[in-house]
Amino acid sequence: MARGADTPAVRLLGIRRAYGNVVAIAGIDLDIAEGEFFTLLGPSGSGKTTTLRVIAGFERPDAGRVELQGVDVTRTAPSERAVNTVFQDYALFPHMTVLENVEYGLRVKGVPRRERRERALEVLERVRLPGLGSRKPTQLSGGQRQRVALARAIVNGPPVLLLDEPLGALDLKLRQEMQVFLKELQRELGITFVYVTHDQEEALTMSDRLAVFNEGRIEQVGAPAEVYEHPRSEFVAGFVGVSNVLERGGRRFTIRPEKIHMVEEEATLPSGHEIEAGRVRDVVYVGMVTRYVVELDAGGELAVVVQNLETSSQEALEARGKRVRLGWRPEHTFEITPHKEESEQ
Amino acid sequence: MESRGTRLALATWAALVTAFLWVPLLLILVYAFNESNIQSWPIPGFTTRWFRAAWHDQEVRDALWLSVRAGLIATGAALVLGSAAAFAIARFRFFGRESVSFLLVLPIALPGIITGMALNSFFVFNHMSLSLWTIVIGHATFCVVIVYNNVLARLRRSSPSLLEASADLGADGWQTFRFVVWPILSTALVAGGLLAFALSFDEVVVTYFTAGAQNTLPLLILGYIRLGQRLPEVNAIAFAVIVLTVVPVALAQRLMRDTGVLRRGAANVTEAVESSQITAV
Repeated sequence: MARGADTPAVRLLGIRRAYGNVVAIAGIDLDIAEGEFFTLLGPSGSGKTTTLRVIAGFERPDAGRVELQGVDVTRTAPSERAVNTVFQDYALFPHMTVLENVEYGLRVKGVPRRERRERALEVLERVRLPGLGSRKPTQLSGGQRQRVALARAIVNGPPVLLLDEPLGALDLKLRQEMQVFLKELQRELGITFVYVTHDQEEALTMSDRLAVFNEGRIEQVGAPAEVYEHPRSEFVAGFVGVSNVLERGGRRFTIRPEKIHMVEEEATLPSGHEIEAGRVRDVVYVGMVTRYVVELDAGGELAVVVQNLETSSQEALEARGKRVRLGWRPEHTFEITPHKEESEQ
Repeated sequence: MESRGTRLALATWAALVTAFLWVPLLLILVYAFNESNIQSWPIPGFTTRWFRAAWHDQEVRDALWLSVRAGLIATGAALVLGSAAAFAIARFRFFGRESVSFLLVLPIALPGIITGMALNSFFVFNHMSLSLWTIVIGHATFCVVIVYNNVLARLRRSSPSLLEASADLGADGWQTFRFVVWPILSTALVAGGLLAFALSFDEVVVTYFTAGAQNTLPLLILGYIRLGQRLPEVNAIAFAVIVLTVVPVALAQRLMRDTGVLRRGAANVTEAVESSQITAV
């Protein structure tokens, strides 16, 4: 088969999928490049998981085409597709040992016993689970099960690995560890990861690129910094980060909370800043930073994040109700186009 | 934490209840070896001749053989129908799903005498002569439920994504069945089958209405006791029946426990409760 360097690992063309009256995917086009860590980000019910299942082959789209490495696989069974999946609930076979679980893909493909055992042990080492091969899944912790699910998928050497909210069930500390680990693993293996999550922080830290899903559509595709700093819609602005949307003179724009300077009413702000006055409505002290919500005199409110460099929690909390002035540089604002559905109507 | 006194009282109460359940059974076990054919305490001597007598009694042999055949056939039918129904209920959503589930479980809640009566009128109305097959049909009404409940419980607590995972890893339908579905379901089927057989084997009420002129073992025992005949022999048979019933039920409980299925702590309790409720009915 002809496969150019720029043939995408995964290509979705005009994918639609509905369950009765409920539209899960309302038309999606997407190219995911070879070797990319690509994240499908969105709230639950936005169609991201269905999209992943369409790529895996568990869902057949009502319309559209799925291509893997340039080959149309729309009608190909999941077992014949060159992708492997890490399931949200891990879906480890409960009656098999860890080793048998990891060997499963090789076993059904008829790889000789010795070779598959060797490869399985190798992969278990790679996911840092050596010596646990003879355990049953029930005897493992959540984090360990997660690694077994990962090992079971990558032992088959898929060019594309699909991960459905793989860290959702883990506690925060473990999740952060696994984020780093997954990222490293992806770099080492050099394969394409398609990663589903509803956690924007996870999406921003891990992805090369991400797609933001909303109501069965993709609102924006781009690198994390691009999506974060230049959200193309109000939804993206709100979902990726904090929604800080203002309307001034018919122009709607967002500004990220950490880009705003906040000073006391009499203090001056550097020149070149747009300046507005307001009152602190709410203060949340979150350790390294404090989050303020400021009601502006000109209408609307903005969230402001300030690093607690010299402020004590006491001082921060006392700011509630105080008059302040906010300033930001015009180039840090980003204009928002009206919501898609509004423009269609 | 409850106090020492409460714990002691609870333990005593539990012991009393257990004794209440088991002492009559133990009494029969002892009387089975009674030398005299009059039941008195303590037994005057020890003998195994009632076992020999029962074993060589043609009537008893016929009844035992009928019970075994009816039990095996009813269990076989229950395994096929019960697991098919469980699959349909667990995996598909369809119109009337809840009602079907209800209708399936109803026969076990219904008094046996109603089921028996209804079946009897049905058979008579259709001019079907009462035979082994009418007994089997009668027993199948509750055996199906037991298999259905066991398999359904197992299906409900095994994630549907297991099948997807198998396909995702490259297995075809047959491989998925052989390596994933069957190993997960087999213990539930065996446990359900054993319980169903045990229930069928000692069923009296429904059998009474569906057996016609022939006797299953429980009917034979009932007849002997009613007429006050061959009581020592009955004790010997009872001994054998208790052993034959306890073994499969204990085995079934073990099988349901020992399978390493996820979330097993909680699920086992429900399954055990379900099975014990069924046995109680």
